[in-house]
Amino acid sequence: MHLTLEFGGGLELLLENSTKVHKVDVPIMDGEGKVAMKGLLSWVKANLIKERPEMFVKGDSVRPGVLVLINDCDWELCGGLDAELEEKDVVVFISTLHGG
Amino acid sequence: MDGGGVGRRRREAIEGELKKLRVQREELDGRIRLLESQLEVGPAGVDGAAAGRGVVDGSCDGSVACRSRGGNGFAPDGGLPADMIYRYSRHLLLPDFGVEGQRKLSQSSILVVGAGGLGSPVALYLAACGVGCLGIVDGDDVELNNLHRQIIHKEAYVGQAKVKSAADACHEINSSIKVVEHHHTLKPCNALEIVRKYDIVVDATDNLPTRYMISDCCVLLNKPLISGAALGLEGQLTVYHHNGSPCYRCLFPSPPPVAACQRCSDSGVLGVVPGVIGCLQALEAIKVATAVGEPLCGRMLLFDALSARIRIVKLRGSLPDCTLCGENSVFTEQDFQKFDYENFTQSPMSDKTAPSVKLLPENARITSRDYKTLVDNGEPHLLLDVRPTHHFQIASISPSLNIPLSMLEEKLPTLETSLKEKGAVSALGKEPSLVVLCRRGNDSQRAVKLLREKGFASAKDIIGGLQAWGQDVDPDFPVY
Repeated sequence: MHLTLEFGGGLELLLENSTKVHKVDVPIMDGEGKVAMKGLLSWVKANLIKERPEMFVKGDSVRPGVLVLINDCDWELCGGLDAELEEKDVVVFISTLHGG
Repeated sequence: MDGGGVGRRRREAIEGELKKLRVQREELDGRIRLLESQLEVGPAGVDGAAAGRGVVDGSCDGSVACRSRGGNGFAPDGGLPADMIYRYSRHLLLPDFGVEGQRKLSQSSILVVGAGGLGSPVALYLAACGVGCLGIVDGDDVELNNLHRQIIHKEAYVGQAKVKSAADACHEINSSIKVVEHHHTLKPCNALEIVRKYDIVVDATDNLPTRYMISDCCVLLNKPLISGAALGLEGQLTVYHHNGSPCYRCLFPSPPPVAACQRCSDSGVLGVVPGVIGCLQALEAIKVATAVGEPLCGRMLLFDALSARIRIVKLRGSLPDCTLCGENSVFTEQDFQKFDYENFTQSPMSDKTAPSVKLLPENARITSRDYKTLVDNGEPHLLLDVRPTHHFQIASISPSLNIPLSMLEEKLPTLETSLKEKGAVSALGKEPSLVVLCRRGNDSQRAVKLLREKGFASAKDIIGGLQAWGQDVDPDFPVY
């Protein structure tokens, strides 16, 4: 499944060359041809995160202070970990900023 | 050139000059009208004596002062005096804003928490646009390294209180509004009392515990919160606790790990970025104060300066079971005053005090003065600077070897080679010691821990890093 993943607010520092935008092809993980957010998180952790994974995930979800947006919408409104993704969806992971 | 050409150019020059003079005349007429109207009307409003001057809290009852205002310069019957019509004419010409918008603005009181990179444009715009009462909270003084982004402060104010500097700047722009200086750091013990006096709160602070505290305070007192943040080349903006939008805790029930909390004083920030977010905060505050337009409720604006992209995303609504704003919340004002926000977030209520780690035993550390003695005695050693390369380029102690902490493990062979070279040139082939340095003495400890595990048994770090070196040994070493 082709997805665009974006990392911001400092999360990009955990990825190779601190690249923010990643166009990826994520393998279908269940028998029904679907990718859920839960599966995507473990795929990202295994394939994109290069250092300090604890800065990205905690348990089976993202760590506190990270907003997840599916097509510019808070994942809490789409089902959170169970949210099912579709071809060409854009998923944004953004760490909240505190500076000023 | 023929004479006709010269004549034409001359005519154009005269016409240009005339145009310029007419503009100047118009400006002068405006100023004359403004002054004349002041003579007729006298000091504006009932509490006109307070208007036009800074008010330091404690010397006035802000609660009464902020609430009883009829508006800055608005006549008691609600009509606009001539000087205000002239000053805010471009607002009044906006069909969606008009006299009603300007009146609401003049009757509103807005508190800006933080007179820094975000707070600078917020305060300047809110003062310029004629907010009735503008409160500014900040306990810090102006520092030279603030000026690249905190545009409300000027060189002459370095060393003075930020609230004083900001209030003076606001009054230079608009002497008709009331500005209240709260020269404190906002804390649970004083926040309720201060915030209560205002209609709208703008969070322009720079640290996590204060963000939780301001949000909790606004929920308890039911105030809309215009929240902005900026770091590096990114900014974020939203309006909390207004029109069904979530509070900070709905979005972030648990605080992030300490290592995820970057500070501007560590990671840097491009001056314009908080400027952009601050301008948008001022805009949202005006929209909320006047009920004009759709404020950024239940949405968040994400600004990426590097790629010149702005993304506006939809957020969850306020959570019914939120511990703060939820229906069954039991969090009281008393709980708030006792709540330890620094403990909750494990980070300090300041951008400046980086929490220092303690990873090494005493005998694995030396002071910057010890290091100076070691150099003066000509003891063979290698100074390893583990800061990121772009830090090393700002300033460094010579001679030193720069291997950033993140690359240390893979570059151990380089380090070994350098140590051997040092050993070869030193007298009697005495084993050179390894001294590790960073900016503040945290990363150097992490490096020494790693190095000792990898067999560099003599590795020691300099307590307090370059900061201590600058303070205790070389006052000319640049501070950053």
